[in-house]
Amino acid sequence: MQNIYDVAIIGAGAVGSAIARELSRYQLTSVLIEAKPDVGMGTTKANTAIWHTGYDAKPGTLEAKLLHRSYELMKDYIPEAGIPMEPLGGLLVAWTEEQQQTLPSLLERAHTNGVTDVRIISADEVYQLEPNLNAGAWGGLFVPGESIICPFTIPLAFATQAVLNDVTLKLDFPVQKITLEADGTTLVQSSHDSLRCRYVINAAGLYSDEIDRQFGHSNFTVTPRRGELIVYDKFSRSLINHVILPVPTPTTKGVLISPTVYGNILLGPTAEDLEDKTNTATSEAGMRVLLEKGHAILPDLISEEVTATYAGLRAATEHKDYQIRAHSDQRYICVGGIRSTGVSAAMGIAEYVSGLLTDAGLTLTPKAEFKTVKMPYIGNAGIRPHQNAELIAENPDYGQIVCHCERVSKGEILAAIHSPIPARTIDGLRRRTRVLQGRCQGFNCQAAIVDILANETGQSPRQILALEDKNGH
Amino acid sequence: MDIKHTDVLIVGAGPTGLSAALTLKKLGVAKVTVVDRELEAGGMPRLCHHIGFGIRDWHRIYSGPQYARQYVKKAIANGVDIHTSTTITGWTGENTLSFTSPNGLGEIEAKAILLATGCRERPRAARMIPGKRVQGVFTTGSLQRFVDEHHLPVGTRAVIVGAEIVSLSAFLTLKQAGIKIAAMTTELPRHQIYFPFSPIKWILVDLLERATVQTLTRVSRILGQKRVEAVELTHLDTGKTEITACDAVIFTGDWIPEHEVARAGGLAINKGTRGPQVDAQYRTSKRGVFAAGNLLRGVETADISALEGRQAAHCIHKFLQTQTWYGHKLPIEVEQPITWVYPNTISDAEGQPIKYLSFRVSEFRKNVSVKVYQSNKLLHTQTFRQLSPLQTVRLNGDWLTALNLEAEPIKLVITS
Ligand SMILES: Cc1cc2nc3c(=O)[nH]c(=O)nc-3n(C[C@H](O)[C@H](O)[C@H](O)COP(=O)(O)OP(=O)(O)OC[C@H]3O[C@@H](n4cnc5c(N)ncnc54)[C@H](O)[C@@H]3O)c2cc1C
Ligand SMILES: Cc1cc2nc3c(=O)[nH]c(=O)nc-3n(C[C@H](O)[C@H](O)[C@H](O)COP(=O)(O)OP(=O)(O)OC[C@H]3O[C@@H](n4cnc5c(N)ncnc54)[C@H](O)[C@@H]3O)c2cc1C
Repeated sequence: MQNIYDVAIIGAGAVGSAIARELSRYQLTSVLIEAKPDVGMGTTKANTAIWHTGYDAKPGTLEAKLLHRSYELMKDYIPEAGIPMEPLGGLLVAWTEEQQQTLPSLLERAHTNGVTDVRIISADEVYQLEPNLNAGAWGGLFVPGESIICPFTIPLAFATQAVLNDVTLKLDFPVQKITLEADGTTLVQSSHDSLRCRYVINAAGLYSDEIDRQFGHSNFTVTPRRGELIVYDKFSRSLINHVILPVPTPTTKGVLISPTVYGNILLGPTAEDLEDKTNTATSEAGMRVLLEKGHAILPDLISEEVTATYAGLRAATEHKDYQIRAHSDQRYICVGGIRSTGVSAAMGIAEYVSGLLTDAGLTLTPKAEFKTVKMPYIGNAGIRPHQNAELIAENPDYGQIVCHCERVSKGEILAAIHSPIPARTIDGLRRRTRVLQGRCQGFNCQAAIVDILANETGQSPRQILALEDKNGH
Repeated sequence: MDIKHTDVLIVGAGPTGLSAALTLKKLGVAKVTVVDRELEAGGMPRLCHHIGFGIRDWHRIYSGPQYARQYVKKAIANGVDIHTSTTITGWTGENTLSFTSPNGLGEIEAKAILLATGCRERPRAARMIPGKRVQGVFTTGSLQRFVDEHHLPVGTRAVIVGAEIVSLSAFLTLKQAGIKIAAMTTELPRHQIYFPFSPIKWILVDLLERATVQTLTRVSRILGQKRVEAVELTHLDTGKTEITACDAVIFTGDWIPEHEVARAGGLAINKGTRGPQVDAQYRTSKRGVFAAGNLLRGVETADISALEGRQAAHCIHKFLQTQTWYGHKLPIEVEQPITWVYPNTISDAEGQPIKYLSFRVSEFRKNVSVKVYQSNKLLHTQTFRQLSPLQTVRLNGDWLTALNLEAEPIKLVITS
């Protein structure tokens, strides 16, 4: 007889993983289902990595409410789980008189959203905070709470904690069919696997509309909105001190320039509606727009080397808010349309969803023990293993640098391969350790990393590469 | 923390660093320490499993690995201290560098420092070639490590981006691995493969016959979902595009000096070369700190780098003895189509060990003269029958000794 899970969560992005973590504190059996070979391979890995306060959210929306709540939850969780984060603050710059005139209404909106430390600053203050900005700023809005965060560690931390607290993680399980059975269970199937559960939570990101249709609903359609980004060399990091935000328009938050927690500078994203939910390609036009905008805001940036370019797809819908709905009769909760703030809002969403589950009839009884998690630190602001004499004395592998650009030691690579959610692919290692993410993009260490992964997992290097070809990154 | 002391600290155990170390020992310097972040010393040649090394410095022809071993062996035999798996991570004092190694963290203080950290190839990302982040995209460096060092598969049909000497190295590696070359592309009107000497030339010409070099062609997009399936080529003369199927793309021959340690130390960086600014004695803008080899300007052949290392060693030796340091005074500037020159600054008017300047241009030019000016004063003129991009050209440096150091910067210009 097949085991019946109390709850199945579809999608192991930031949102699904946060929900799995939240539910793992209760006496339930849950399963986190992911189509890809690892957690965090969807939109969660390709965004601008800002921990938003929600100061500019539309007041009264669920998004505004959950962002606000999530911010409080993350304040505790980030240090607890060791997630790389830098509380830089955001500086929204008005470049025209017209933009300058919108600042008071943005300030009012921030205050309505409960973000009370936001304030309007003069052009002089703008240049005091950011001397390298191009000339011509009219003034700005300072948002002290906007911070930068590691979007790779976040879903891994959530999912790892969930697994440590007995959630089952099923990778390589693309859900294709969902059947509500007469016995009060739900059958969830992929082409090669199936499982049974009582409750289903749909956190399938770009595909959340398709899962929703499996339940017979047509409340929303996801249109992938592509955002392209350029990552600049670490040498550019000292050019700015804050997240430089543009004045948002009704359709997008606009192109920003932000440091990353790894010590690079990010320029982007663009916003373009597409049809293909897999089209994460960068485009010549997108890059051109970014270079123009980047040059207008921070001229010195453009003369630095580019380390990487990428594109992410926002799960945009025809609605202006998250599509979170409980269908109690079907024991189903839809968590879709989490467009451009999901990394920040995930913990708030998870808490809200557990409330919806209670409303739908599930009893949530806390476990005696809820284990915490501490993730390996891959940020730039704190101490990395190669800087830690005690750690190297204990284990010399932490002093053996394999990826020179990002200074990733062999010890960190081995730890990632043998972690609770093991890195099984090069891309998995990339997100867990930062290997291959630096300026040489593998010129020096790519082959060595394939070898280490092969050795440690008992596969041949050819098998590792074949898997990489199959999964992409 | 453990602080070591040495006479000369050399960062990088490639041909430049090792030949400098060897020369310093021969000149009688007591303690010469070379550190390298790789598991083995030898630098880039370790990875080039084909012949063509050692012509100008050893007057023999070696394969890359043989050449590297030769230097390592000689250096050790002459008492050079080599530390591998040791990464220089930054500066903790004017002449003190910090490192990480499996033996722990430490610092090395030296009377003089030579930076010989080499260069790397500009990868796809830095060239901003649109498309998905697919598998099967290499640089020559990663390709050679895949094929020769780790024996990993790279594909069956490759496009090589670039058609210069290092592209040829990629070509040879692919051929040895039995991989078909779908095309070799260059944005220039002609390929830039010049042969250092004739015996190899004929083998290579024969090989080249079998590949099509597409000139005035840019790889404008990479196609494929998870692995490269094709590239889009744009012909710069007609603007037409074409799709060429392939399952590997090798980006070759666009170099960036590996200047992380140099920049971390606040050394002046030359805009043209992107390497540290140096005078004719390999002196950087920081007292006691020298730089040579590929770090100065991107790739040249190993023997040229090694000879620079040798010259730099003499300059270092002189500094150790005299303790004189002038500091950069007079910049040497260039005008388009000259892209860079080095030495690119002048500190003093003493006898210069570098008898010539090296420069490059960005376009093909015939029958031109290169003129050196200081304000309106013409210091030197030299004519050239042909100048080609990606080819380093030597300019006579006799005029370097007769300069007014207090006057305007030096300027290099090309006139027809
Ligand atoms: C350019 C850009 C910039 C952004 N900037 C920010 C920012 O600065 N700050 C911020 O907070 N947010 C930002 N976002 C938004 C944020 O990235 C998303 O809201 C968030 O990642 C959504 O998480 P998710 O878990 O809903 O989706 P995803 O990460 O896409 O996860 C969904 C998962 O479901 C899986 N899945 C789908 N279908 C199935 C199926 N049938 N069976 C099994 N599994 C399935 C997918 O493989 C995927 O792993 C940005 C987004 C973009 C595109
Ligand atoms: C693909 C390819 C093919 C080539 N083919 C030929 C050929 O056929 N014939 C020929 O003559 N030349 C060839 N060359 C050129 C030749 O390899 C170089 O000219 C030569 O290696 C330059 O020597 P170098 O010492 O300046 O730099 P490198 O050899 O690159 O050595 C630099 C060293 O510095 C080390 N280093 C860098 N940063 C640090 C740090 N922070 N801490 C510690 N160590 C550090 C690196 O690990 C490296 O070992 C080729 C080059 C390439 C890339």
